[in-house]
Order: sequence, then C-alpha cells, then structure tokens
Amino acid sequence: MRLSLTSRLSVISALLPALMVMLVVYIGATSWTAWMSLTNSRMLPNNNFVGLRQYQLLFTNDRWITSVHNIVIYGVLFVSLALLIGFLLAVAIDQRVRAEDTIRSIYLYPYSMSFVVTGLVWQWLLNPTLGIQYVLRSWGFAGASFDWIVRPETAIYCLVIAGVWQASGLVMAIMLAGLRGIDDEIWKAARVDGLPKWRVYVSIIIPMMGASFATAAVLLSTAVVRLYDLAVSMTNGGPGIASEVPAKFVMDHLFERANIGLATAAATTMLITVIAVVAPYLYWRARKGELR
Amino acid sequence: MTALAQSLPVARPRKRMTPARWGLYAFILITALYFLLPLYVMIVTSLKPMAEIRQGNLLALPMSPSVDAWIKAWTSACTGLTCEGIRVGFFNSLRILVPSVVISIAVGSLTGYALSLWRVRGANILFGAMMIVAFIPYQVFIYPLVRVFSFAGLGQSLVTIVTIHTIFGLPTMTLLFRNYFTSLPVELFKAARIDGAGFYQIYARIMMPMATPMIVVAVILQTTGIWNDFILGLVFAGRDNLPMTVQLNNIVNSTQGERAYNVDMAATLLTALLPLVIYFGSGRWFVRGIAAGAVKG
Repeated sequence: MRLSLTSRLSVISALLPALMVMLVVYIGATSWTAWMSLTNSRMLPNNNFVGLRQYQLLFTNDRWITSVHNIVIYGVLFVSLALLIGFLLAVAIDQRVRAEDTIRSIYLYPYSMSFVVTGLVWQWLLNPTLGIQYVLRSWGFAGASFDWIVRPETAIYCLVIAGVWQASGLVMAIMLAGLRGIDDEIWKAARVDGLPKWRVYVSIIIPMMGASFATAAVLLSTAVVRLYDLAVSMTNGGPGIASEVPAKFVMDHLFERANIGLATAAATTMLITVIAVVAPYLYWRARKGELR
Repeated sequence: MTALAQSLPVARPRKRMTPARWGLYAFILITALYFLLPLYVMIVTSLKPMAEIRQGNLLALPMSPSVDAWIKAWTSACTGLTCEGIRVGFFNSLRILVPSVVISIAVGSLTGYALSLWRVRGANILFGAMMIVAFIPYQVFIYPLVRVFSFAGLGQSLVTIVTIHTIFGLPTMTLLFRNYFTSLPVELFKAARIDGAGFYQIYARIMMPMATPMIVVAVILQTTGIWNDFILGLVFAGRDNLPMTVQLNNIVNSTQGERAYNVDMAATLLTALLPLVIYFGSGRWFVRGIAAGAVKG
C-alpha cells in the first residue's frame, strides 16, 4: 500500500517524539558525556581537551577502585544467588503444591517495592543494637554476631542480602514460566527411564532453560550496574567509603564534589561495560527473532 | 516473553503427601517466612512505642500497639529542615505520577502503533536503538539532561520530571504496544484503511480500544516504576516537588539525635503502600507487566 502525503505526515508526526528522544537525549547526551570525560571540566563544563587524563585519575582514585571492587563482589554474588534461589523457588512451586498463588505472591511482593524501602527495612533488620543480632542473642546464642552493616569489610554483603531478597521473586517468575513451558513428554520419558527427579532437573531441564537463565541474568546484571538507591538508603556508601558503588561515585562527583570531568569518565566507563554485556545478548535475541 | 504470562495459570493435579513432599513444604514455609520477615518487622515496629523498641525483641508483637508513629510519620516527621511529614512527599509523588503515567502511555502507544502497523523506512533501526538504550545506566544521561532543561528555562520542576519519566518510559512502552499491535490481525487494519480511515483515526477509534489489556499492564508497570523512582526525582523534580521516596530517605537518614524507628518504619510502610496495594490487588496483571517490561529491568 502506498502512503498518501497526509498519512506520511501523520506517521512522521507520531514518530517525532521518539526521534527527538533518540537524537537529543540518547545520542546527544551520550556523546556529550563521552566528550566531557576528555576535558578537565570541574564545576562547570568546559572544552579543554586533556586526552585520557581523567581516566588515569579515575583508576588511581581510591573511592573509584573501592566502588569497582564492590560492584564486582555485589554483581557476582547478587546475580548467582538470585538465580539460584529464584530457580529453587520456581522448582518448588512447580511441584503441584497447594496454595500456589499465595506462595508466588509472597515470593514476588518485594519486587513491587522501591529500593529505598528495601534498603531502609534491611538497615533496620541488620541494626547491630536492636536488629537480628539482638534477637539471636536473646534466643540464647550469646556470642552471636551479625553486625556486618557497621563493619567496613562486610557492609557490601548487606547490600547483597537486601538485593537478593528483592530480586529473587522476579527470577522465580521467569523460571516458573520456563519450567511450565517444558513439554510433559520429557518428564514422562524420564520417568520411563527411571531417572531420579534431581537428575532430570540437572541434566535435562536446566540445559533446556538457557533462554530463561539468559533473560534473568541480563535483567539482574543491568540492575547491578544501576545499583544506587539501595546503597544510598541502606549504608550511604559507608562505613567510610566501604560500600561505595560506581553509580553513586558518578552522582556524588557531579552534584556534590563538582568534578564533571571525573564523573563523566566514570559514567563512560559504566556505559562501555554495559554495552559489552548487553550487545551480545541483544544480538543473540535478534537472531532468534524474539525482538520482532 | 509472553509465554510467562500465559503459562502461569496452569495448575496441575495435586499429589499425595510423602516424606519428600513434607520436605518440599518445609522448604516453601521457611523461604516464605524469610520473604515475609521484613514486612512483618516493618508492621510490628511501626506499632510499638519507642520504649518498647529500645528494650524489646525485634520480632515480638507490640504489647501496647498504637498508631501514634503512623500519625507522626504522616503529619510531622522531619525531612531535613521542614517537619510536615511524609504526606508532602505523598502528594508530590501523586502530582508527578498522574501526568507521567498518562503522557508516557500516550506517547509510547502512538510510537508503538506507528512502528508496528505502518511501513516506515528505518522503523526497525529506530526500534532496535530504543531497545539498546533501555539498558544504559541513567548516570550517562543525567548531567547533559540537567543542562538541557536549565537551558530551556524549565530547570527542576514538575514539567521537567514528567518529561523525564516520559523519556525514560518510552522504550518499554513502545515495546509493549508495538508487540501487542503486531499480534493483532492485519485484516482489521487493512479494512480500516480501505474504508478511508486515517492514521490517527485508526489509532484512536480502533487500535487503542482494542489495546485495553495492554493499557492496564502499562498503567501497572508505569505506576509502580514511577512511584518507586528515587534518582530521577532527586535530580529533576526540584525542592518543592521531591517525591515520596526521596522524602522518606531524608526522614530516615538525616535525623539528628536518637532515631525514631517506629516513625521510620511507619513512613517506610506508607511509601510502600501504593505499590503493595497495586501488587496484591492486580494479581496476575502485575506478572504480565513484569513479563512485558522484562526487557527494561
């Protein structure tokens, strides 16, 4: 069907916002950020080209090194624990249990709440004077110690606990859909062969659920790079700089420490990391034709 | 990803109880308690007076439950300099939420419609690019956008934050509606074209009325997403419009002197209330929203 002039104008007018957003916000803002990272801008942006000087400063900056170190710990633990727990929850629910709807709602409700709420609740639960540590001691475990949130070397693990609590339900929902999509014939064949159930899961089902695992892993990974609200509300990067994360590093240097050059160098580094993770995944999905 | 939504309703016949089944139910019970623990602690803490919190057990039920902390959290808790409670943030969030949800869905559905049913050159490139940027961290865009809005004379304001939510909601909303319109029978669209209906007529009279289920999903997705937003509200809303999540963080984390944990938890619950109501009220629709928005994350 050939489009008349009016139809063509209508289509263009409808796509104008999307085009504007693409050009101005995404392409424009990204290039500007990348350019700023090559200048010595401090409180106000300037165009004094300094090459990769900011990146040099960035990777000798203690706060940034700690941030990167933390995000690696958080990322590895958060993604693997959420995948593991989410998968186990899905398998449990898939055993034709009673009250399935209620159980699923309980596993998933944390995902509906904001990171700020999650961070504040867990900050209270992990409070060393009145939180879980106190409960354990009052139950007779006199030497029980659970003061991770106030110790620099363990504070980052507290963010993992809260993050996993919030995200496992999402993984469960994705995994459950994957499990329900598996043909019953496979289960029948495995039963005929006399395979124990756990063997079927490990050797047959998990390899078949590559797509579910990939989707969940990519979702969780992008959440890792964005980790900000949780760190701000739960520990605010502390004690000291012990639980700083890259997103917070960028925000602090943009708005409090007036160092635009360094902040944009950090943001650009984050961008490159994300592209390295997401591009292969999107390519893979596009080839599978799932995006169209 | 639509398989996720459709496959959930399947319920299989139940089995008899065996030792393995008891183990299974024990696992489910323990994990369910772990997931419920924070919600339970939030509720009991918010109902206890401070004296009880100071000497009592975190898990104990309140001996003399009172809603004082709730009233204080709502009307007089301090967020930095002012002490007018979390209600200020609640109404700010509401004022941000309503226009943001309406406008982002309107723009997203129109974009999805134009990209799905109309043959436009470069449509796939535009769509693919939008899917990629949905993954990029906000930190990359934030500072240039601050400059653009202050250059445009908007600065930090309600208009700014609504525009921002529309911009960052666009990829997900477009994806949602594009996929839905693609799944509709093409004959419907062709018949309307032959009858002489124009671009916007088909959108308003035929496509949007048929997209009601997607609109419900989009509303749930955007409402929870925008309500739970912290970073965008913090940067773009301006001091007079700070959303509830930002106010909550200020109440809890900028207190001088002894912390009023009961007030903190009441304020936290109040902030979580709307998403929780939507979640428990909408049931499977929420899961559909997650499935549809899964690409964004």
